[in-house]
Amino acid sequence: MSYTSPNQSRSPLYNLLLATGLLIVLGSLLAVHEMESQGHIITGMNNQIVWGLPHVFAIFLIVAASGVLNVSSIGSVFNKPAYKARGPLAGLLSIAMLGGGLMVLMLDLGRPDRVIVAATNYNPTSVFAWNVLLYSGMFAAVVVYLWTMMEKRMYPWSKPAGLLVFVWRFVLTTGTGLIFAFLGARQAYGSAILPPMFIILSFAWGLAVFHIVQSSIFAWNGIRQDEYVQKRMRNLMGVFVVSGLYFVVTYHLTNFYFSRQSAFEYFILRDGGIYPQLFWWGYIVIGNLLPLLLIFHPALGKSKSVIGASLAIILGGFAFLYVFIIGGQAFPLDIFHGYAVSSTFGDGEIAAYRPSVYEALLGLGGLGVAFMITAIGIHVLNFVPREIPTKVGHH
Amino acid sequence: MSEIDTQRRNFLKTSAGAAAVLIAPGFMLFDIAHGKPQGASNKVRWGMLIDTAKCKSGCNDCVTACNRENGLSGGTAATDSQWIRKIELKDISSGREVSLPMMCQHCENPPCVDVCPTNASFKRVDGIVLVDKHRCIGCRYCMMACPYKARSFVHEPLHDQNPDVPRGRGTVESCTLCVHRIDQGGKPACAEACPNNVILFGDLNDADSEIAKKLRSLSSVQIRADLHLNPGVRYQGI
Ligand code: SF4
Ligand code: SF4
Repeated sequence: MSYTSPNQSRSPLYNLLLATGLLIVLGSLLAVHEMESQGHIITGMNNQIVWGLPHVFAIFLIVAASGVLNVSSIGSVFNKPAYKARGPLAGLLSIAMLGGGLMVLMLDLGRPDRVIVAATNYNPTSVFAWNVLLYSGMFAAVVVYLWTMMEKRMYPWSKPAGLLVFVWRFVLTTGTGLIFAFLGARQAYGSAILPPMFIILSFAWGLAVFHIVQSSIFAWNGIRQDEYVQKRMRNLMGVFVVSGLYFVVTYHLTNFYFSRQSAFEYFILRDGGIYPQLFWWGYIVIGNLLPLLLIFHPALGKSKSVIGASLAIILGGFAFLYVFIIGGQAFPLDIFHGYAVSSTFGDGEIAAYRPSVYEALLGLGGLGVAFMITAIGIHVLNFVPREIPTKVGHH
Repeated sequence: MSEIDTQRRNFLKTSAGAAAVLIAPGFMLFDIAHGKPQGASNKVRWGMLIDTAKCKSGCNDCVTACNRENGLSGGTAATDSQWIRKIELKDISSGREVSLPMMCQHCENPPCVDVCPTNASFKRVDGIVLVDKHRCIGCRYCMMACPYKARSFVHEPLHDQNPDVPRGRGTVESCTLCVHRIDQGGKPACAEACPNNVILFGDLNDADSEIAKKLRSLSSVQIRADLHLNPGVRYQGI
């Protein structure tokens, strides 16, 4: 089984990658320090766009962290050996992305120094407070699950632990969707379709991240992927992309149906400048059509095009969240229906948002943390998927 | 660092006992500041009735009074705090124009309180909705949840605060209904400042109060009544 150990991980390139990751994380901490001493005034966020770029990164990471566990679940809960072999890596990725996402959310707070307050003063009606529990529970569940998968005497427990994780991540992503679904007064949110939509999107995003990491590890260690398994996983990703698209289309169509929301839909899909651009080009073309082409076109679908498809899905996911989170706030609240309104506080106006470098650095820091946890995890523990090895290269 | 220290000193100045604030914010937070604890009563529900017919477009006196009272800068950049704002409305079908002040509506079922993870947003027993500045972590979820866009986030370090009205960088704030005045038997600064007597302040629960009588005899509306939040601020003439 020598092929499973990440032999190359001590190479200079590995160190260089780690150093880059560290640099990105340090950059984000520097940005946070500035945001703390000067206030959020140095970000692009304001009283109209209260959640900005950091939330796009954080929510992507958290949603993908839940989705990537699909790989583990298919392995343990549905007993598919090829997925089982990939379970530990999926678990590690989940922890890594959850960690990165939560770091971004926490450091964007107006008073991150008080985060302990969130733990000691618990408001049971707050979806945010539920999510604090859901996230920490998720960490614990995945750690236990990893343990049952990686230590021989714990193997018998891996199925129940897998089941727990399986259920937990559904609840977790539902919770993420509920954060928005409970915002009943905002045209963009307050829809019951949001939790299931986030769950389906999480499958595609999580699997895309998994593919990229897996392919990198395989390439790094000179392992050739089993083609049959690769084809199955690739097609599965395609199915998730199509299902996600179905939910997004339904979400927009139902919004059109409610006349109070239709002005918002015209804004986000047609008239809103950057938002429709990002929606159509970013989410629909890059995030859906391109990956579907790469996955299902008979001449394509090889390893490289799967990586391309995965990258496109991730980019599309970011575009989608940018439109959803920021575009959703940019459109003015409909406080006085039937009136044209104006004020000094942005009533009746499209809110402007230009993300600052500090927010971008903070968001990237989340990716950096996720990367570092993954890279170090793979290095220290044995997370390389073991399967019918069609080994190439030398050892 | 020194900025934080000044803030802290200001907080200490105002709250004779931070411990009291933490134990029972609904009752203590603002009373203690004056050493005259006249606990909020659950028999009372404070509210306002705003007569838009008398409100003049272009008049900003309530806003100015609020800024002065609460130590706000008065700036109107997208990152500045605005606890009360004037909204100019034009009925799309008839073209009729209305001008009115808009502030926290002190909802009976406030979404801001429901969503707040730390219980920093809370409703006093007399219906006033407040933010405990010592407890708010600045997540801004309440701003997302408020249907009236009544809340502001403090984007910059603060200087020269009014000791009666604690504020803090990185926390969220909104109209307190001038709770520090109410607890002294006074009324909100905006209501006092309006030259046209547009804003009528009083106890919605007291059948003999002027506001309760008017609400009984005149037609008034709750803004976005469809959300069933039962705001304490009501409007006439829209
Ligand atoms: S108006 Fe907004 S801030 Fe005020 S109580 Fe209602 S939801 Fe809360
Ligand atoms: S910003 Fe403060 S008051 Fe508002 S929900 Fe968050 S912790 Fe509560």
